Amino acid sequence: MIARLVVAAIALALAFFVDIPEAGAEYADVVINKQAEKNGMRPVVFPHWFHRIRFRCKVCHAELGFKMRAGANDVTMAAIIDGKFCGACHNNDIAWSVEKCDLCHSGKRGLPSGIYGGHETSGPGRW
Amino acid sequence: MQASISRVKVHLSRWLAGSLLGLLAAGTVFAGNWLPLAKDGVHDPRSPAAKQLQEPKEALSRLTPDTTGNQVRWVLSLEKGEINPREKLLPETKVRKLDQDILLNLKGGMPIVRFPHKQHTEWLDCSNCHDQLFEQKTGATKISMFNILQGEQCGVCHGAVAFPLTECYRCHSVVRPGQTTNLPTHMNPQFHKPGGVGP
Repeated sequence: MIARLVVAAIALALAFFVDIPEAGAEYADVVINKQAEKNGMRPVVFPHWFHRIRFRCKVCHAELGFKMRAGANDVTMAAIIDGKFCGACHNNDIAWSVEKCDLCHSGKRGLPSGIYGGHETSGPGRW
Repeated sequence: MQASISRVKVHLSRWLAGSLLGLLAAGTVFAGNWLPLAKDGVHDPRSPAAKQLQEPKEALSRLTPDTTGNQVRWVLSLEKGEINPREKLLPETKVRKLDQDILLNLKGGMPIVRFPHKQHTEWLDCSNCHDQLFEQKTGATKISMFNILQGEQCGVCHGAVAFPLTECYRCHSVVRPGQTTNLPTHMNPQFHKPGGVGP
């Protein structure tokens, strides 16, 4: 009886340890997948945390014209290569260029576009 | 022999249960459990990026800690100079900042909201909020928690990229006359005051 309880406790403990790392994305990660998978690429994962260490919000959301709503921007590779949106920095000058496809197109296949990360954002709201 | 084995088992199961509870408690109290990119549920672990990109833990563990969101006090981290994010890309862009507090929710039951333009304009441009989300004239836009919880108004950022809506007292930070407070320490509104010390 005790042995069974111990086994159950260990299984429960293991289940916790296995479950915890699956908790989710970093707060405010954005999955961008309007075009990517249709064109055979992995979805793009945009990490806000990485970018805001280096740039203030206003750089992308005022100067570069990214609207502050996931899904509201039509970010195409043509625009990026033309120096718009991500292409203002990802041009082999400030950051890596578009040739490094896989560094941005790094998401799990099948993920819908949207903002991810943290239990706080998964409530009944629009996020 | 049998008795000592079962005693060990009892000890072991108690130890397991105890450490499990301890871990769960620690997880809710202590920050610092950033996931590796390969296990975060959005990155494809087979993507070459999973090995090349900077890990959140490497970057974020050096900054002023928070209990929620990215587990970073972004505003404090900027004020302290731990990070120095660029303000503009184009030479002709005018960087606009404003040091002005707006008090909101003057008649409600919660503590009054103090909106500090200063901290917001360090990060954002006026055009990010005005006049799409909020009219410039104080009181001209009706602001409600209903809208905010729907991801509108303050909720465009708070709940998505800025600290989440679970942190009521970071915004509702000005105690009304005669109001008694019993706030959790990590929500202490004194934090907002000049020279206030965070948790």
